[in-house]
Amino acid sequence: MGANLFANFGEAVAMVLFGIGFTNLLLQKNLIKKIIGLNIMDSAIYLFLAEKGYIEGRTAPIVVDGIQSVEAYINPVPSGLVLTGIVVSVSVTALMLSLTIRLYRRYHTLDLDEISALLKKEGK
Amino acid sequence: MAFIQNFPFFSIIISLFSGAISSILNGRAARVLNRIVIIVVAVLSAVTLFYTWGTGTSYVFWMGHFPAPFGNEIRAGVLEAGMAVFFCLVMLLSLWGGREHLEEEIEGSKQNYYYILTNLLLCSLLALLYTNDLFTAYVFVEINTISACGLIMIRQNGRTIEAAVRYMIMSLLGSGMLLMGLCMLYDLTGHLLMSNIQEAVAILHASGEYKIPLTVTIGLMTVGLAIKSALFPFHTWVPDAYGYSTASSAAILSSLVSKGYIFLLIKIIYRVIGFETFHDTKIVNVLFVFGLAGMIFGSLSAIKEDDIRRMIAFSSVAQIGYIYMGIGMGTRAGMVAAIFHIFSHAATKALLFIAGVGLTDASGDNVRFIPLTGAAYRNKIAGVAFAAGSLSMVGMPLLSGFISKLLFAQAAVQNQGKLLPALIVLALSTILNAIYFIKTVIRIYTPVQSDFAGRRIKTQVLFAVSSVLLVVLNLYLGCMSQFLVDLIEKGLGMFA
Repeated sequence: MGANLFANFGEAVAMVLFGIGFTNLLLQKNLIKKIIGLNIMDSAIYLFLAEKGYIEGRTAPIVVDGIQSVEAYINPVPSGLVLTGIVVSVSVTALMLSLTIRLYRRYHTLDLDEISALLKKEGK
Repeated sequence: MAFIQNFPFFSIIISLFSGAISSILNGRAARVLNRIVIIVVAVLSAVTLFYTWGTGTSYVFWMGHFPAPFGNEIRAGVLEAGMAVFFCLVMLLSLWGGREHLEEEIEGSKQNYYYILTNLLLCSLLALLYTNDLFTAYVFVEINTISACGLIMIRQNGRTIEAAVRYMIMSLLGSGMLLMGLCMLYDLTGHLLMSNIQEAVAILHASGEYKIPLTVTIGLMTVGLAIKSALFPFHTWVPDAYGYSTASSAAILSSLVSKGYIFLLIKIIYRVIGFETFHDTKIVNVLFVFGLAGMIFGSLSAIKEDDIRRMIAFSSVAQIGYIYMGIGMGTRAGMVAAIFHIFSHAATKALLFIAGVGLTDASGDNVRFIPLTGAAYRNKIAGVAFAAGSLSMVGMPLLSGFISKLLFAQAAVQNQGKLLPALIVLALSTILNAIYFIKTVIRIYTPVQSDFAGRRIKTQVLFAVSSVLLVVLNLYLGCMSQFLVDLIEKGLGMFA
């Protein structure tokens, strides 16, 4: 158990971060804090992938000095997945931020519960 | 390779590009393009359906001709193709039925945005149906979420923006869990293509290695997709999102978007994890329990609701509960019933949302129950359509809801352990459904001298056509269900 934890230290950190991000996205009332939580959660997944793709003592998978042996490079697939994931999370974050701006302009608060209360008062 | 085998890829790419092209068209042209695309995709999918039905096997299409495990793949069988045809039909009818409202509720210069979003939604739904690669599935899940969020907030008022934010938050929690799950699965197996993962998982399961990580992975993916498709405890965003968005959006969201995620889950169960392995993890029991809870609590919330649109939305929660109960039975028959209910609920819920909006139109845009009294006399087609949809939901014979309830009951009888809870809750939920749907039908057929009676309600041709066609679709599913059941059986056979 202890040895496993030490060997997979990065993955353990990623899991803890994922939990922190997930809880923030779920439980925070402030919309900006929710979005920060979302970004922590997504970054934790990328950390996890990067940790899994890295192999001790090897270099980035770009052929420079004509070394073509597979043994010289790390696994490139997780890096590709991270890139795709970053694109997705950037666009989702942009969408959430724009929705937040809309709500703020209308109700002058970032608290989702307060906004719901205001909507009830409007009674539409 | 036969030319027809390209058709699934064509349908995905046509809807994707038409979305991009719509951005430079005006509202009218974008609408025409959107209709053409949906019809073309429906025809292409129908041809694929006949082709796969004829050959009796599914086939794999290599994107860019890179063989597995390097390339990306599309896989088409009868179930995928059949579902694509059905999704196109329901989408077309929902868009027709809500068209007048769309044009009123969306600013003139933004009309084409709506069609960009629908085209992208269609593209992502098709990709979820056909893809054979887990990471591609994740990317299209996100595209689906973003375009669905756009469909909610395209009608600009405070309510819809708040609903869109709530929808996004729950969806992002779900897709975060899905992504984590599939990254862990990639680490366990070293593959992203569904068929390769399945082989690797079978070996892992047989050797008993990594038992706990595998269970956690399956749990993460299942719960992630359950959150996204609004299974009971995660349904809080549903009433706002379906209740305040424009009629077409509500119909499309409830009958197609959540079904896309459920279909992906079924695909993961069969094609990625393997049915036996999934069954051994006992996660089926969790789905079963939450499905049952959803059937009861969704209906209870619907009974308390005073707003007809929100009532229909809560009824969706209950119906999603039915589907998860079918999956949770952990048998082939349960799965067939669940997939049949996907079809049946898609047809019925689109009908109810479209008819519901016709009724509120005839009552001065009022969604509360008291002003709706007698609405069926003021808008006769909407009244009949709403009554047909309600009866189908309650489970009247001749309508599609009856067949799905029958299939669920048969599946329950075959599963001794879950027989009693399933049948009791099925009966209870049917009674609860009857309470709120029949109450509404009686309300709209109560003759009353109201202020709206004198006002002429203009009959909308497209609205009438789409309501009638949706009723016919319901009757077809109810009277000639054997074809669809055969199709589902055959499609599930091709999954394995």
